[in-house]
Amino acid sequence: MSVLLKSLLTLGGLGFALGLALSYFSRKFQTVGDELFEKVKTALPGSNCGACGFPGCEAYAENIIYKDAPLNKCRPGGKEVADKLASILGKVAEVEEPKVAALACRGGKNECAEIFIYDGGRDCRQAYILHSGNKSCIFGCVGLGHCASVCPFGAIRMGDNHLPIIDEKKCTGCGICVSECPKNVLILIPRTKLVYLACVSKDKGKAVKNVCSVGCFTCNICIKACPYGALTMINNLPTMDFSKCTDCGICVHRCPSKSYIDRAKARPYALITPSCNGCGECIKVCQFKAIEGTPGERHKVIVSKCIGCGECYKVCPVKAITMVGALGFQVKVS
Amino acid sequence: MSISNPGLIFLSAFIVNNILLMRYIGLCPFFGVSTSLTTAFGMSAAVLFVMLLATWVTWIIHRFILLPLDIVFLRTATFILVIAALVQFVEMFLKKNFKTLYTAMGIYLPLITTNCAILGVTLLVINYNFDLARAIIFALGTALGFGLVIILFSAIRERLEFAPIVRSLKGYPIAFISASLVALAFLGFIGFLGLSL
Repeated sequence: MSVLLKSLLTLGGLGFALGLALSYFSRKFQTVGDELFEKVKTALPGSNCGACGFPGCEAYAENIIYKDAPLNKCRPGGKEVADKLASILGKVAEVEEPKVAALACRGGKNECAEIFIYDGGRDCRQAYILHSGNKSCIFGCVGLGHCASVCPFGAIRMGDNHLPIIDEKKCTGCGICVSECPKNVLILIPRTKLVYLACVSKDKGKAVKNVCSVGCFTCNICIKACPYGALTMINNLPTMDFSKCTDCGICVHRCPSKSYIDRAKARPYALITPSCNGCGECIKVCQFKAIEGTPGERHKVIVSKCIGCGECYKVCPVKAITMVGALGFQVKVS
Repeated sequence: MSISNPGLIFLSAFIVNNILLMRYIGLCPFFGVSTSLTTAFGMSAAVLFVMLLATWVTWIIHRFILLPLDIVFLRTATFILVIAALVQFVEMFLKKNFKTLYTAMGIYLPLITTNCAILGVTLLVINYNFDLARAIIFALGTALGFGLVIILFSAIRERLEFAPIVRSLKGYPIAFISASLVALAFLGFIGFLGLSL
């Protein structure tokens, strides 16, 4: 037998035998639910972000099939993936509200002084060990960009002011940055809500004013100003009840320290039409003195002062007020 | 290698001729999965397991198929074929019968299919003319040496994450530099109990 024939036969035979054995054993060792698992796995986004609470998409798929994990845990996939999973498994998915990460701190290096020169590793967690970082406010953002490096979607970059900037289009609301941040200055807010308090300082009054020019110093103005009772003071911080908030934006404009952030790109303003009977209800309700006029005559809106909260629109008994220029407000819908 | 004492064979494979730092075989997993301790543990466990099995099976194939037919030159191709099939088989077997072990090894098991360290050991064993028992001891020592170095190195890599490193050297470059320093340290074992490269 020539060497060529021998080697061909050996290699070919070996390959053939191994192939046969493998195909036989793949049948024999097939685990139940393999097909289902593959289907579920392909329905998930596959970015392995871990926001569902399981280590990666594969583990989540396994838990869905074998341990009845809820179908709506995939935050990047949102409703779409939950529906897909539901149709595969023949179950009904409860939909979680889509969220977006937001930075609850406005104290960049210009607003909140750095009290010492930090020369250690360029990592928030490491800087945090040393006197909670070098910012004068012990609650504020360290600003070394750990969130930017852990974001699996590249949605966070560091701004010039040493504060992270979140790209809301790329952010999927997975919450990894929120759990990784050593200072807990990142929060998840409902994607449809426009207004949130960007301060986490639990200090009061002077203690905040001394260290940060944009920190909340517990003045209580926003709480009294909110017409919907959406704000309550907890641990010296006004805490927003998002189910009550209507995004009117009054708190944003009433806050003396500018601690609130308004995500709306533009807001409308009020316009009083000739059908106004001059009752003065709108003047009473306007918190910004943006409406003037003598009783009995048509009132006028001072556009520069109007913030577009819409309170006057709601109280007008003759429906003489309209809100205009609200196109930018549609950020809510998108 | 002309040693026949099993203890010395083990020590030689384990430290003096360490597969990663002295032979420079299997560098891809060495740099790929040494980024954290847990992955390093998973990888070294999987390598230990597959290396022992692969050495055993390929030794038998070499002795009872390739040698009698006088086609020893085919061993590289044959061994790759056998190792790939073997890993596939082991993966299926574990998935069915030892679910926890399967999930612990996770992605590393299929990765090892193409690991040069495995192929390297099976070929070295043939080169050194070891009998089956010595071949297994050699494989055990090599796999443990692989584990030792990859776990040691993952601890270094975890520290490197935080070190203030020049930007152009961040990541793999500094890992290679550190690996060379560790290799220098291991070079100090040469001559240990009369063992040489």
